[in-house]
Amino acid sequence: MNLFLTVIRRELLIAYRNAADLLNPLLFFVIVISLFPLGISPSESVLRQVGPGIIWVAALLSTLLSMDLLFRSDYDDGSLEQMTFSQAPFLLLVLGKIVSHWLVTGLPLTLLSPLLALMLFMNETGARALFLSLLIGTPILSLLGAIGASLTVGLRKGGLLIAVLILPLFVPVLILATAMVQTGMQAGNYTGHMLWLGAILALSIGLAPLATALGVKISLSH
Amino acid sequence: MTKVAAAGVCRQRVNGSIHVQKVNNLVWHWFHRLSAPKSFFELSGKLLPWFAVLAVLTLVLGAVWGLAFAPPDYQQGNSARIMYVHVPAAILAQSSYMMMAAAALVFLVWRIKLADIAVQCVAPLGASITFLALVTGAIWGKPTWGTWWIWDARLTSTLVLFFLFAGVIALRSAMENREAAGRATAVLALVGVVNLPIIKYSVDWWFTLHQSSSFSMTAKPTMPAEMWLPLLVMVVGFYLFFATAWMLRIRTEILQREIRTQWVRDLVSGR
Repeated sequence: MNLFLTVIRRELLIAYRNAADLLNPLLFFVIVISLFPLGISPSESVLRQVGPGIIWVAALLSTLLSMDLLFRSDYDDGSLEQMTFSQAPFLLLVLGKIVSHWLVTGLPLTLLSPLLALMLFMNETGARALFLSLLIGTPILSLLGAIGASLTVGLRKGGLLIAVLILPLFVPVLILATAMVQTGMQAGNYTGHMLWLGAILALSIGLAPLATALGVKISLSH
Repeated sequence: MTKVAAAGVCRQRVNGSIHVQKVNNLVWHWFHRLSAPKSFFELSGKLLPWFAVLAVLTLVLGAVWGLAFAPPDYQQGNSARIMYVHVPAAILAQSSYMMMAAAALVFLVWRIKLADIAVQCVAPLGASITFLALVTGAIWGKPTWGTWWIWDARLTSTLVLFFLFAGVIALRSAMENREAAGRATAVLALVGVVNLPIIKYSVDWWFTLHQSSSFSMTAKPTMPAEMWLPLLVMVVGFYLFFATAWMLRIRTEILQREIRTQWVRDLVSGR
């Protein structure tokens, strides 16, 4: 546990010292969302209908953009390889990296969501559903994205490849989360959606770090 | 008396376990021999003509039967005959991903080179079959539903399946180191197979949430025998064709990978 916290502290410190790297995905998220009213229509009825989809697709894309940061610099300077040699379980280190990735990307995105809900004319219940869906859903994105990042970290042109590998896996999260927000906007009961998202989160916490640890070791072997 | 009897039982037991072990060893021995690229090459060389001939026979039989002799659908008329291509392709598309994942698991656990070759060779085949299922589905959709594309649950999950195949192919072609590429692809295929049921159910569920009227892929719930028999023949034909094409690809890949070994040199030089 101590090690787990050490990893998180280290990652957060690195993130704090390269604040621009963190701000970019967040800015990207806001800019993409503000492009849609300009591109489709600024009318309230249209935006209310497509709002949940827009916010969630933008969240998927900005998570993908930040995914490359997860292992890249540690791979380049060799510290990733050193971590696999340490006596501590590598799985724990990987999980720590993923958790801190979520803390600096998914969490700010979630905290920002009420503002965006306001921009897209969502009502109060819808905004609450959006907040909850992002709170449960973005950790899944970080966990699944980490698998893609670990498999492509050794490649020079990994960025676009992660998108091809991982976006199809995001489909269930996108479907459930947008359905949840839409139910919320109609003041319906979205507990079922939330439980499903929670089930996927539990499954990903169990399995994704295993695949990621394996992926890192494969990427280091060549 | 009892001592002798006990000894007898004991001997029997020992014999039994020895027997089991022998069979076990035999299975492993056979497994290892078969999984060596050279012996697979020889065995598949003997099997290939049979598979190819049977595939052609069943495909011709099923196509002629289905397209010319089977009765037209009572609602869709002759346009439903595309079913004899579409349904086998759709069935094969899903099971080819399962086959790929099974081969990937075998490669990750036992590091059998042949399994890696099998994964590499099945991915483009599976992607093509999935693409065929999508295209024939679209062609069938135009006369029946009046549109080329519908965000129907099955169509959508087949599309995602196609994306998963594309990801496996893209990852393989991006990595230069063959050993690492094989293992990375195997991990991705397994991650995909865990996700496949989740994707399928979430898409099904989303579909039922959004649209109340559902299209059924077959116009009649119960098909008469004159229709499902040729369909069955076509399904068998597709599987045989798939096996033939897979074997051919594996054989080519084996020759390419083993190009420096003596037996390939002997084979090529026609010793």
